[in-house]
Order: sequence, then C-alpha cells, then structure tokens
Amino acid sequence: MEVSIKDIIKPENLVYQKSSLLTEKPMHYCPGCTHGVVNRLIAEVIEELGLQQETIGVTPVGCSVLLYNYIDIDWQEAAHGRAPALGTGIKRLRPDKYVFTYQGDGDLAAIGTAETIHACNRGENILMVFINNGIYGMTGGQMAPTTLEGMAASTCPFGRDPERDGNPLRMTEIVATLPGTRYVTRQAAHTAGAVRKLKKALIKGFNNQKENKGTSFIEVVSTCNSGWKMTPVQANEWMVENMFPFYPLGDIKDK
Amino acid sequence: MKGNEAIAEAAIRCGVDGYFGYPITPQSEVMETLMLLKPWETTGMVVLQAESEIASINMVYGGAGCGKKVMTSSSSPGVSLMQEGLTYLAGAELPCVVVNVVRGGPGLGTIQPAQSDYFQSVKGGGHGDYKLIVLAPASVQEMADFVELAFDLAFKYRNPALILSDGMIGQMMEKVELKPYKNRWTNEEIDQLHPWATTGKPAERERNIITSVELDPNAFERFNHKLQDKYRKMQEEEVRCEQFNCEDADYLLVAYGSSARICQKAMELARAKGLKVGLLRPITLFPYPTREIQALLGHVKGILSVELSEGQMVEDVRLAVDGKVKVEHFGRVGGVVHSPEEVVEALERKIIGG
Repeated sequence: MEVSIKDIIKPENLVYQKSSLLTEKPMHYCPGCTHGVVNRLIAEVIEELGLQQETIGVTPVGCSVLLYNYIDIDWQEAAHGRAPALGTGIKRLRPDKYVFTYQGDGDLAAIGTAETIHACNRGENILMVFINNGIYGMTGGQMAPTTLEGMAASTCPFGRDPERDGNPLRMTEIVATLPGTRYVTRQAAHTAGAVRKLKKALIKGFNNQKENKGTSFIEVVSTCNSGWKMTPVQANEWMVENMFPFYPLGDIKDK
Repeated sequence: MKGNEAIAEAAIRCGVDGYFGYPITPQSEVMETLMLLKPWETTGMVVLQAESEIASINMVYGGAGCGKKVMTSSSSPGVSLMQEGLTYLAGAELPCVVVNVVRGGPGLGTIQPAQSDYFQSVKGGGHGDYKLIVLAPASVQEMADFVELAFDLAFKYRNPALILSDGMIGQMMEKVELKPYKNRWTNEEIDQLHPWATTGKPAERERNIITSVELDPNAFERFNHKLQDKYRKMQEEEVRCEQFNCEDADYLLVAYGSSARICQKAMELARAKGLKVGLLRPITLFPYPTREIQALLGHVKGILSVELSEGQMVEDVRLAVDGKVKVEHFGRVGGVVHSPEEVVEALERKIIGG
C-alpha cells in the first residue's frame, strides 16, 4: 500500500509546532540569520511560562526593529540605543509586568552604551537580550563595536585595525562586573544543543523577574551571513572558529 | 515657594505617576524637592535620577507608553539632548510633560535666565514635522497650575506638552495656592482611559504597539497628515493668551513668561506718559495666538515683540501681522534681563518714533 504525506500528518505524530504567540507575518530576516531563531525562542518561552498578558517587550533600531510584528504581545519601539531606558521607565511604573529588551551590538554596545551600563548598574529588574553578530546588518554591513580585530566590514574594508578603530568590546564581561546584574550569560543558537541552552537561559531571565534581584543579561553570539558575505553554513563555522574564542560561551554570573 | 518647587508640589498633587530627571542649573530644585517630599510613600509616584537627559526622556517614553502620567524637567542644554526623545514621543503619539527652565545659550552658555529656546520649543527641535504643545508660565502660581493643564492637553491630544519657563520664574519665590491631592489613575482606569497603552496583551484585544516606524510611504504620508490635523485642531481650540489694555491700544507689546511681567510694568510707565500701550501675553506658544493679534490690527499702529532672545517669537508676530503694521523686536540676551524703562525706550525708538 502506498503511504501519502496526508497519512503521516496527524495530531498523534506531532513532535513540534509553531508557538501560538508567533504571528502569521513572514519574518523579514535573511535566510540563515540568528534573529529568527531567537525571536521564535522568546515566543515559545513567553507562551510556555503563560506570560503573554504579563509581558511588555522593547524593540531596538537595527535588523530586529520590526520584531513587534512577530510575537503577539504588547511592544514599545525604542530610539537607537535607548531600549534599556524605556525598559526602566516601563518596569518602574509597572513592576507587576515582565519586561525585556532586545538589542543588537550597535544598539546596545555603541550608541546605547550608557543606557546599557546604567540600567545594569541600577539593577533594573528586567531581561536584556543582546544579539552580537559583530556587524551592522540593517545598514549594510558596517563595523560594529564588537567587530573582531582583522574582520572586514564596509567601513573597515581591509579589516578592523585596533590602532585606528579601537578594540572589540566585550560588553557582557563589563556588565557582569556591576553589582546590579544578577544573571549574565553568553549563549549561541547555531546547533540544537545551543538552542536548548539558550532557551533555558531565556526562561531563567524571565523567571528571575519574580524575585527582583537585579538585571538578567543574555548575549547571543550570532551570525550575519549576508553581512559577512558567507553562506549560512560557512557563517556558523566562521563564528565557531573566530567569534567563540573572543566571545566564549557560558554563564559569567549567576547569583 | 520657588517656581521649581511649585512644579514638584503640583506634580505630586495632580497624580503624576513618574518623574525621571537629571540635575542641571537652574532647575535642579524640581528633583531635589521631589526627593525630599518622598511621594512614593504617599501617592506612589516614582522619582528616579537618570544617567543623562537622553535616558530621562526615554524613561518618560517607556512610562508614557504604559499610559502613565510621566514627566521630566531640565534646562536648555539638557533639553537639547532630549530632542531625539521628543520627536520619537511625538511620532509615537505619546502624552508626557517636559519642563524647560531656560538659561542663556548657545552652547553651555550661562545659568542666567533667557528665552532663547523659543524656536526649539515651537518649531520642532527634533527631526520631522511635529509640534509640541507649549505653555509659558509667567508666575510661580502658573508653574504649579500648568503641570496639570499640560497633562490634560497632552492626554487629550496624545502629544508631548512642554512648559517653557526660564531661570527667573524657576528661581523666583512667590505665594502659591496649591490644589488638593488627586488620586493617581489605577491600572484598571488606565485600561479604560487609554486602550492604546502597553499594559500586557489580554486574549481579547489586539496587541498594542508603541512605535513611530512606518516603511510604507503612502501609509506614512497619511500618518503625517493625521498629525497635522491634530495640530490644526489644537490651533482651533487650545489657544490661550492674556490681554491688558488692548481695547484702545495704539501700540502693542507682545511678550511671554518673565518678559511679560517686565512688559506689564513697561506698559504702566508708557501709559503714565500718555502713550496708549497694551500688552498681549501668549500663554500657549504653540498653538500661537495669531488670530488674537490679528483682531487688534484695526487700531494698533505698531507692535514690539519683547523677549530675552535675539528675536525668535517676533517671527510669529510678523506672520500674524503679515506686513499690515510695523513689527520690531527688543530683548536683552546672555542672561541679561531688560528693565521696564529699556522696553519703553525701545518702543519709542523702534515703533513710535521709527
């Protein structure tokens, strides 16, 4: 007897489904981009923790500027770099809500450095998600504060020269030194195992807010295959070989 | 009490939910007074010192996006730093109140009073086609009263409102009648009053998104037109001004805030000399009392716009007058304040004799 695909797609065979909090809007990210995976994980975590009505998200300026189109919760869109200040305003006035910010490296570690450091230093009871792909993706691949030494970008076409451009910034290590941070970790999303670990970290970041003991900060070392001019597979390999030695994965602080 | 202290007292009493600020002379008493009064123990109002004016205005954005009554205060250089936040607030149609206790510029300038931020306040300041509702208090009493008025207008139009004061009104001490305490809105009231606010999405409504991004040019043109409709409605309905001896005036002084106080005395001195001088004091600088000025042009022969600047508001007076009578500017700058005698002399020299 011939088995058709319709015979296989049955509720009892279901092993995975899209989070009900992910909207039907097609994501605008490039194929292979890490944003889509992290967006999906955040939707899953909010759904699984039952926090749809309790969560207010803050989106940045950068590739994830339109993130509010994809997850079915209330959102505020911040000016470039200012998400932690919005998060502060929201959480101080609605301490009963779960608040998270989502920013890229240019947003969080260049133009918004002051807001990042001071929100962490005050120990704002929020979750900050930091996507670090070492490049400005949306504006077309310019040098980021986290661009590695020697790594090419459109504003350092012959590679980042620390003499001229300064050194890549390890923001996660910096915020870990601040007494206001409670949980600081660096994760990735390039393998199934990494995705599972990242999801656990996100769950912790949301749950920590129940106890009001400081800021949770999750860096996700990410790829930008279009900005890096690589295929998605090459970009993952390049990240493992080049990004991970400078941005090592794992918990830096968990108190 | 001082004008700056009146701002703080009035904010607590009219049920403000949050104040975010950064110290700068000559307005630091606003946050100092709030911290001394500890409103978090009484009304539940949050007071927080931010790391910069950029952070303050964005904390205001976050709170305003939740439908809360949120405010900040600063002085000229600090308000320059807030311009990015203000255009985003206007673009996201968020209500809030900002107080600018103006000092002399440009640059770091002086800590002495000035009125040289008029253009920044009424003509934009940040990028894009937007307007702030701008109120100009001329007394400590109005510093107190305008906090609630500014919030009423800000929420009515979902637009930021600016109280444009100056170092003189901020530091000056006068008697004030404070209003009784009003309760802050409860979260349930906010859900009812401000259905647009981000309060956490229940199953029964669409998600609320506070944003100013729109990448579809046609949709964004429609949005810009909608903002302009709102500003036209303000121009129709919200103009406020005060007139003294304007009915029979041959000559008119136009001045706001501290300059209006000086011009009141100048008007009396001129009247004592037999000159029929009136004073029009705009209370709203946007929307501007254009029609009110035009209504006086039947008998007024010349107008002196008096402000602590090199001549900013005078452009709006000229737009209103449209060449029908002579309009000149007079003002001292850099923290120097004109005397009533200087104003009368300038009126005689530039308008009556000129």
